Amino acid sequence: MIRRFSTYLYNHPAVLLALLLGPPLGWMLVIYLGSLAALLFQSFYHLDGFTGQVVRELSFLTYRDLFSAAHMTIVLKTMVMALSVTMGSVLIAFPLAYYSVRYAGKRLKVLLYFAVVLPLWSSYIIRVYAWKLMLAKEGIVSWFFAQLGLSGVLEWLLSMPVVGGSSLSVSNFGLFLVFTYIWLPYMILPIQSSLERIPHSLLDASGDLGARPLQTFRRIVLPLASPGVVAGSIFTFSLTLGDYIIPSIIGDSTPFIGMAVYSYQGTAGNLPLAAAFTVLPMVIMVFYLLGARKAGAFDAL
Amino acid sequence: MKNKNLGLAIAMWAVVAFLHIPFFVVMLYAFTTDSSTFTFPPPGLTLKWFGVAWSRADMWAALSLSARVAAISTLVALVLGTLAAAAVYRSRFFGREAISFLLVLPIALPGIVTGIALRAAMGEAGMTFNFWTIVIGHATFCVVVVYNNVLARFRRSNPSLVEASMDLGADGWQTFRYVVFPNISSALVAGGMLAFALSFDEVIVTTFTAGQQATLPIWIFSQLTKPRDRPVTNVVAFFVVIVTTLPILWALFQNRKFEEQTQSD
Repeated sequence: MIRRFSTYLYNHPAVLLALLLGPPLGWMLVIYLGSLAALLFQSFYHLDGFTGQVVRELSFLTYRDLFSAAHMTIVLKTMVMALSVTMGSVLIAFPLAYYSVRYAGKRLKVLLYFAVVLPLWSSYIIRVYAWKLMLAKEGIVSWFFAQLGLSGVLEWLLSMPVVGGSSLSVSNFGLFLVFTYIWLPYMILPIQSSLERIPHSLLDASGDLGARPLQTFRRIVLPLASPGVVAGSIFTFSLTLGDYIIPSIIGDSTPFIGMAVYSYQGTAGNLPLAAAFTVLPMVIMVFYLLGARKAGAFDAL
Repeated sequence: MKNKNLGLAIAMWAVVAFLHIPFFVVMLYAFTTDSSTFTFPPPGLTLKWFGVAWSRADMWAALSLSARVAAISTLVALVLGTLAAAAVYRSRFFGREAISFLLVLPIALPGIVTGIALRAAMGEAGMTFNFWTIVIGHATFCVVVVYNNVLARFRRSNPSLVEASMDLGADGWQTFRYVVFPNISSALVAGGMLAFALSFDEVIVTTFTAGQQATLPIWIFSQLTKPRDRPVTNVVAFFVVIVTTLPILWALFQNRKFEEQTQSD
């Protein structure tokens, strides 16, 4: 029976393909794309001002609400954070990526691979929690500053208007640090893979032609690594835009897009507005992806 | 030249330390005698919180829910991901780009989008949020992990093995059973473990599809707003780090080993 069936499939590759592709494609189309479509629909419903019930008519009323000043402040704040996190992770990712590609021997390279990928897969909530412990007023970071006699520096940082707060764990700087930490592997990996593709002879040639190491780095390495940077920034940017766990554990709890979405769909019962709020990062990401594609970032993934 | 690299080497090791110190900090705090603040260094060390955590029924309920959800989601993801990988590998006409894009979308888009989209659709469909709604969400974003692992293995296995098997008179089923399956089995295990880890750890999508139940990450998240139970959270964090690290390392090692084997060929 199995034998006859498998022979039949062998002779009818189109049937086999349909059988193979049917279940996964069906699942993704119905459950996932279906859900996205439902979400989009919801965002055009609106909440009745008197009854608080969702009115199931298509209109732009919810979007008018979304583009109010208070909501745009949230969007702007989230985007500024996403941008700073992206830049921060590029700066931190580069030394490791560059070292492992240029100078590390085979064994060290493997070790560094594990060092980067392991945090990526291990528990996100626990890594955020670890930072809550570390950044607390009496935690390890301020202890460390005190040991070095640098408590003044920390206090100065915390006294700054936008980035500071009563302790690192409730400051925007702390929030930036944790975001950067959590998404960092997503930046290191694509930068590494784009650096791998730069032929060593190119760097040697640049040196032979009289460029100093820094010049070679700035004019050869950096431009050739940029697809990797853009690819990494897709992740750091998108993940920061949509996260609501980190800003509700760390930081001064002023709302981010994710937190606004969560509270509108939950306690406020305004699912249309929550849906419209998520359409925004979606649209931003679509444009971002289109731009990234142009920059050749997809080849670096 | 050597001196120039020294600065870079220091920076590199600093980044490695930055990536890993939090794990050690979490593990250390499971032993602290300080029950209400985050004092460093800990005023004393004790094992008593392990006992306290052990006797917490809500923790066990969350752990068991997480394990069951992850097991079922992994199973679904294994089936769907392997089928998709086989289809993409076999077919020359099909737009590979389109399907891998569709599969990666649930983890490429912000988690909150996936979460609220599923919630909106499930609400529209009149589903009540329970165990299965969590599984549906998790399976959806786990498929891509299995798919990537299995597809990479397919690409790197030698197609002439299948031809040889057929030439020697094996039928399609026998070829699958004795040639293809053993060849991809370790990729299935590695992909399955990563999918399990991904599901076991997911918070954002879960909060939207879970209703009243709490998976372990959600339990931990809710613990953070209850300072009185802090040491219990520390102990649970300690165990999650220990228990998840080894399988993840193993799965990564499998992938790595295979990559190196095929590169040296």
